[in-house]
Amino acid sequence: MEMPTPDAAILSRKSKIVELLRAALPKAAVIHDEAEVRAYECDALTAYRCPPLAVVLPATTEEVATALRICHAEGVPVVPRGSGTSLAGGALPTADSVILGVARMNKVLETDYDNRFIRVQTGRTNLSVTGAVEQEDFFYAPDPSSQLACAIAGNIAMNSGGAHCLKYGVTTNNLLGVTMVTMAGEVLEIGGAHLDAGGYDLLGVICGSEGQLGVVTEATLRILRKPEGARPVLIGFDSNEVAGACVSDIIKAGVLPVAIEFMDRPCIEATEAFAKAGYPMCEALLIVEVEGSAAEIDAQLGLIAGIARRHDPVELREAQSEDEAKRIWLGRKSAFGAMGQINDYMCLDGTIPVSALPYVLKRIGEMSKEYGLGVANVFHAGDGNMHPLILFDANKPGDLELCEAFGADILKLCVEVGGCLTGEHGVGIEKRDLMETQFAPADLEAQMRVKDVFDPAWLLNPAKVFPLSVSRERRERQVAA
Amino acid sequence: MSSPATESELSEMLAGAKGPLRVVGGGTRPVGRPVAGEVLSVAGLSGIELYEPGALTIVAKAGTPLAEVEAALAAEGQRLPFEPMDHRALLGTTGAPTIGGVVAANVSGPRRIQAGACRDSLIGVRFVDGSGAIVKNGGRVMKNVTGYDLVKLMAGSWGTLGVLTEVAFKVLPAPEAAATLSLAGLSELQAVEAMAVALGSPFEVTGAAHLPEEGRTLLRIEGFATSVAYRAGRLADLMAPFGGVEVEEGAEAVARRWQALRDVEAFAGQAGDVWRISVKPTDGPGIAARIGGRVMFDWGGGLIWALVPEGTDLRARLGAFAGHATLLRAAPETRGRIAPFQPEPAPLAAIAAELKRRFDPRGILNPGLMAA
Ligand SMILES: Cc1cc2nc3c(=O)[nH]c(=O)nc-3n(C[C@H](O)[C@@H](O)[C@H](O)COP(=O)(O)OP(=O)(O)OC[C@H]3O[C@@H](n4cnc5c(N)ncnc54)[C@H](O)[C@@H]3O)c2cc1C
Ligand SMILES: Cc1cc2nc3c(=O)[nH]c(=O)nc-3n(C[C@H](O)[C@H](O)[C@H](O)COP(=O)(O)OP(=O)(O)OC[C@H]3O[C@@H](n4cnc5c(N)ncnc54)[C@H](O)[C@@H]3O)c2cc1C
Repeated sequence: MEMPTPDAAILSRKSKIVELLRAALPKAAVIHDEAEVRAYECDALTAYRCPPLAVVLPATTEEVATALRICHAEGVPVVPRGSGTSLAGGALPTADSVILGVARMNKVLETDYDNRFIRVQTGRTNLSVTGAVEQEDFFYAPDPSSQLACAIAGNIAMNSGGAHCLKYGVTTNNLLGVTMVTMAGEVLEIGGAHLDAGGYDLLGVICGSEGQLGVVTEATLRILRKPEGARPVLIGFDSNEVAGACVSDIIKAGVLPVAIEFMDRPCIEATEAFAKAGYPMCEALLIVEVEGSAAEIDAQLGLIAGIARRHDPVELREAQSEDEAKRIWLGRKSAFGAMGQINDYMCLDGTIPVSALPYVLKRIGEMSKEYGLGVANVFHAGDGNMHPLILFDANKPGDLELCEAFGADILKLCVEVGGCLTGEHGVGIEKRDLMETQFAPADLEAQMRVKDVFDPAWLLNPAKVFPLSVSRERRERQVAA
Repeated sequence: MSSPATESELSEMLAGAKGPLRVVGGGTRPVGRPVAGEVLSVAGLSGIELYEPGALTIVAKAGTPLAEVEAALAAEGQRLPFEPMDHRALLGTTGAPTIGGVVAANVSGPRRIQAGACRDSLIGVRFVDGSGAIVKNGGRVMKNVTGYDLVKLMAGSWGTLGVLTEVAFKVLPAPEAAATLSLAGLSELQAVEAMAVALGSPFEVTGAAHLPEEGRTLLRIEGFATSVAYRAGRLADLMAPFGGVEVEEGAEAVARRWQALRDVEAFAGQAGDVWRISVKPTDGPGIAARIGGRVMFDWGGGLIWALVPEGTDLRARLGAFAGHATLLRAAPETRGRIAPFQPEPAPLAAIAAELKRRFDPRGILNPGLMAA
């Protein structure tokens, strides 16, 4: 992966920059020792690493602003960081950048059940937001699989979603306001506990901007009352196509499940060997979950079972107890770990229109043969968000490159059928160079103009999202100035 | 007036434009500062491009009448979740509201509290910016984090950043049944409290409004018939401490009631200016007390519709508060004198002005409509 050459002038001023930061911030907030900054050299896309110039871990918005003002004045790039679980290299440092991590900012600032929101510092982990309100039977809806570790900061930057977003939407649909510090160190309050924007929807633009427009330090999040209950059903099919058709039919029938998850045979086999969830051996299986009172759940599952039966399922297993429900989810939840046990893999993240599911799965199967690399599929079928896992051998020379080429072909296929390059993980550096397959120059130009407005010097989270060739002129103009 | 028939024609027109343009869809709504400029109609860009009921997505050209979109969805038992209001009665206008106008104004109705705003259902746009460049963002899939989300930026930008040519939505199944629970005689404070309890329950309330003049507080439940019956019953029990609850279940009556509320019919044809104020629900009664006019509450108390004497500067009367107030209906003279949109704090106003400058460098698209 090509990255811009680090700015030698900044590297040579490292000690001065560190001194300025140390003088303005509490001692413990600044890390510059070479061994210690190494802990921040990558996020969960571990194939790419680069230790940063220094790391700053502030405790307050004011400290974030102080750090940014210094970096801005010194012309030093800044990479915002939450928990570092990005799978797209979104938090990958450059050698001449300062990592600005919000992990120490994890307080709950306000909970308000009457108005149904919670205000938190953005270093707080996703799951612990729900943890803070579940005693009152409330929850925070977006649920990325990394929710135990990932921070609200990263969720906002990546507009993260999870298994339940078919019903509850992704981060942007559950975010009411943020406190954000611009690269120049100005503190902005955007949105709040009221609904809808007053002027332009800046909140909507910040969500999903991958840490390139500002550093979010506080967030007002919508919280919801938990449903009375939820129950999954597992449905097995002897072909991917039929499973795909069943997904469409369920949606068309007017039921809105909270989740429809899909696993194919390679994934089922690996998962069974690992987690022993008792899944049927078949070509494809769906896990469909519905919510409501016991009677409502019965009614909805009845409808779903009726639809599924028309597609001749090889298995239809409705959870009869809490324990059975857990077992149905167990395999799905262990899928990534299971695949990791048997192979190195690369997890892709593209989205397609649900109607294209059978075609895309067929093409992936064919390409798998052409490339000679195995693929397992596990994904959120209700919203077409695919996660093909390409299996490869990290110790075999050339295998990673082959895997990357195969991955790029799959993502291009997603775009070809009317989908997109990433449904939840973000562009980061991983998909940066594929952006031109989805966007025309004018489309990218329009997005870069927004960056120009918030961060005119292009210092925040460098070399992410936009292909280097496309952003070169802007980046160089800034260096010259 | 110019009325391009294709996106590329529109692009040429904008690139070659010599002066300011007033962008209209159905032209049914004079909201914002009056715009002096030649009329640019997008009504010629019409038609549903793609509709996949099994994928819950629809794509339409911006000038497509809203009614045509809603009819296509209804034929498959689906709908736009955000329940866009029809403002013709309130504003005393005629014409056919377009889907692009709905997006440009981010129009959402009572269901906004549960299903989100127009911008939450909007998944893709195509537009032409002020220099004539054709831009697309988002697409036709529900989950998409490829690049910055300009879809949201365009929703509610009232034709000041670009002229929309195509919009894509995620839609939802229309429910089989609905019911309205009605409570009588609550004070504003009690009503907001009751609505908070209802919205904090697991019974998926999709509408919560309080009409002080009728002395009624209304809650809506939607879903499968069995669910609606069950939820209405449980919710009525939960509301018992607030007094007697009436449950109305006739589909016609329920639809009619929420439509009247959605379209603010109570203030249609009544003299005075109409303001729309968005606050945190529990702040609603306090704000209403300062309004000194007729009010009604939607969104659990968080959306206040106010009818005040002509020419009232309501914002001056309210002073500083968390939220925003929009002057929606008033004589052009008033809308020229009192900023129709809530003025923003200086740093945000500066960002908005810069965005406007980058997307519309010559300032030809609805100049001054949102901000001077
Ligand atoms: C909660 C809420 C309440 C509202 N209440 C009222 C109300 O009471 N009365 C009222 O009149 N309106 C109201 N509106 C707006 C209105 O309800 C919408 O239905 C819609 O704007 C009407 O569509 P139209 O095609 O007639 O739009 P138009 O009146 O033609 O245009 C609406 C706005 O969108 C712009 N626009 C239109 N088409 C495009 C396009 N293709 N690209 C870019 N910009 C475009 C116009 O320049 C104008 O600023 C409200 C909006 C909201 C958010
Ligand atoms: C096992 C696993 C499962 C996953 N499952 C899912 C899933 O189901 N759905 C999903 O959407 N994602 C998933 N992810 C990806 C990842 O967890 C999300 O992208 C998450 O939101 C990243 O959060 P983070 O706090 O770790 O952010 P980081 O990795 O630290 O950063 C991510 C991005 O956010 C920016 N950023 C961080 N903090 C700030 C801030 N304060 N202000 C501005 N920008 C900031 C960074 O610059 C970077 O661009 C998964 C990851 C793993 C490892």
